[in-house]
Amino acid sequence: MTVPSSPDDETSSKSLINATAPPRPFLARFQRWEWMLVGLILVVVALNSALSPYFLNALNLSRTSSDFMEMGIMMLAMVFIIITGGIDLSVASNLGMCASFMGWLFMAGVNIWIAALAALALGTFAGFVNGTLVARMKLPPLVVTLGTYAFYRGVAYVLLGDQAARGYPEAFTYIGQGRLPGTLIPFSVALFGALAVLFGLVLHKTTLGRYLFAIGNNEDASVYSGVPVARIKIIIYTVSGFMAALAGLVLAARFGSTRPDIGNGLELSVITAAVLGGVDINGGAGTMGGAVLSLFLIGLLRFGMGLLNIQGQVQGVVIGLLLILSILLPNVARTFSGSGRKLHRQTVWGIIAFVVVFTAFVAFFFWSRAPLLIK
Amino acid sequence: MKRRMLYMVLALAMMLSLVLSGCGKKDTGPLTFVLVPKNLGNPYFDTANNGAQEAAKELGVTVTYQGSAAADATQQIQLINSLIAQKVSGMAISANDSDALVPTGKDAIKAGIPVVSFDSAIGKDGRVLHINQAVLHDIGAIQIKMASELAGADGGKIAILSATSTAPNQNAWIEVMKEELKKPEYAKLELVDVVYGDDDDTKSYNEAQALFKKYPDLEVIIAPTTVGIAASGRAVTDAGLIGKVFVTGLGTPNQMREYVKNGASPQFALWNPGDLGYLSIHVLNALATGQIKGVAGEKFTAGRLGEYTIQEDADLGVNVLLGLPFIYNGDNIDQFNW
Repeated sequence: MTVPSSPDDETSSKSLINATAPPRPFLARFQRWEWMLVGLILVVVALNSALSPYFLNALNLSRTSSDFMEMGIMMLAMVFIIITGGIDLSVASNLGMCASFMGWLFMAGVNIWIAALAALALGTFAGFVNGTLVARMKLPPLVVTLGTYAFYRGVAYVLLGDQAARGYPEAFTYIGQGRLPGTLIPFSVALFGALAVLFGLVLHKTTLGRYLFAIGNNEDASVYSGVPVARIKIIIYTVSGFMAALAGLVLAARFGSTRPDIGNGLELSVITAAVLGGVDINGGAGTMGGAVLSLFLIGLLRFGMGLLNIQGQVQGVVIGLLLILSILLPNVARTFSGSGRKLHRQTVWGIIAFVVVFTAFVAFFFWSRAPLLIK
Repeated sequence: MKRRMLYMVLALAMMLSLVLSGCGKKDTGPLTFVLVPKNLGNPYFDTANNGAQEAAKELGVTVTYQGSAAADATQQIQLINSLIAQKVSGMAISANDSDALVPTGKDAIKAGIPVVSFDSAIGKDGRVLHINQAVLHDIGAIQIKMASELAGADGGKIAILSATSTAPNQNAWIEVMKEELKKPEYAKLELVDVVYGDDDDTKSYNEAQALFKKYPDLEVIIAPTTVGIAASGRAVTDAGLIGKVFVTGLGTPNQMREYVKNGASPQFALWNPGDLGYLSIHVLNALATGQIKGVAGEKFTAGRLGEYTIQEDADLGVNVLLGLPFIYNGDNIDQFNW
């Protein structure tokens, strides 16, 4: 139970605090991890503005922000699920299935909006299937969604094969390519913003949100306290299915076409963004604000590195490093502050060994690939 | 507590700046073109990049080689967006998804950046033109030409080992080959059989061996598939028929090097990705400097490859054809590694 959000002292008696006593002043809920993310975003913005004249350019930022909105839309529901201690690996496959279903219907002559509604219904149902298997059959979410991860993607291929659905009308592609009239704000960003506020309010201001933290901290205790655990789980997995379908519509609209491999691999980016945002992978802790901040941090970091012509693999290394640090740093800080438990010798050696191996790996990586990667 | 946080932020900032400053050397040449492969670490595209760098040296421009980690449209679009933001002078892209890249390609063209596709085309609206590696007729014709050279002046029996009987491209090439064989210069070649190895290594190998038994005086096997040609090369080698039965068709250098050297397959064809990269940069340069606008009928010169004419057809839209397929043989195969 590593909690990135509370590195030291009195509040760090772990996540139970969140479950039992969230009614604190609004700002206090922005614990240190959120400020850390804000700091990192400022650092990234400052560095990139210094290094590239193209970074602080409204048109460029607008263009790049729509690159990761599908990820963000799926992340909102993922935060709910991870806070209850679950996981949904099937989101990107569900996205692919729904977008392909919509494309398949559209190619068969169905009106695009009816096809889109049908895709949303399919995604919601797919999420409901996940939720039922997890909550009613009491199967582990990792295994259930690993199964549907393969299954839903398979359905996408069955529907479209090696064909692409294309020729969506402009009114539809507006969802993914358009901007709000008179501004540079992409429609998808506005959509994400509205949804983020909604999900944030549900998580932090409603009983349902409180229940999510309770389930994540101690599921058995929640059951005995009368929390309708099974029903809540079904609800959040169903919501996750709906959001995956919605992300599928946005992505298909942005591409102006659908192929069955659409959105392949996005689930890992979604989980990365949530965890980097301070959502405890073991459940019970996290904030919507943190998750949204980390989404923008990753987006800006990737865009900035792209502007500096840093190749894709290196970008992956940096994001991975950041993720590991986000879990490691609070622990290290707690040790140095002296107020936490003392580090065992093994732990110290472990960390040193990790750093050495990691440095060696990165050095080897650059040495072997540098001529290709950086030109 | 506040100070500790400050340290943490500073430490991270230092790490980041190390990473960033280590990599971020931006070239400030007058023209900067970018060659965008489907993904990085693919020897085929690395070869294309070698050709692109050769063109860059000749033209005095900078060419960078940038791709996403995986062959994935989402990542490729992200990359292209960052290239648009940098206002590069032009991009040559091998598309991971011909449709999904159209809106981004349009954006780039609207921003005044010429976009061409090579190897794998972007949909017509999302690029100025496509650089086409080969056309159907040439691919069919060159295989008969190679077979005729291998059979010698006295001609002889030839057979075709194809992929599946339903593969449209294979069947189209086989049709072209049958037409070519009607020409007087190929009168002494006799096509005795067409067999199918289903692009499966073992099945192709067995089909090749069955051909040796059925036609003891067989002289050439044409395999217009990379799986079939390598399996046939191995079958000839294993059966001790080197010098008696020759294998030719479409293959890749790394796969065929062994059989070129031992004489089982003295020559085979495919386009040369290096030339493809070389031509792409010449086209971008001609577009960026205003020599051409990307309209059918325009002519331009591409260094050592000579003069080209832009053409337009229903399938590919506006395009430039690289030329005849490239013949790989014992003289040149060691220059290639893909």
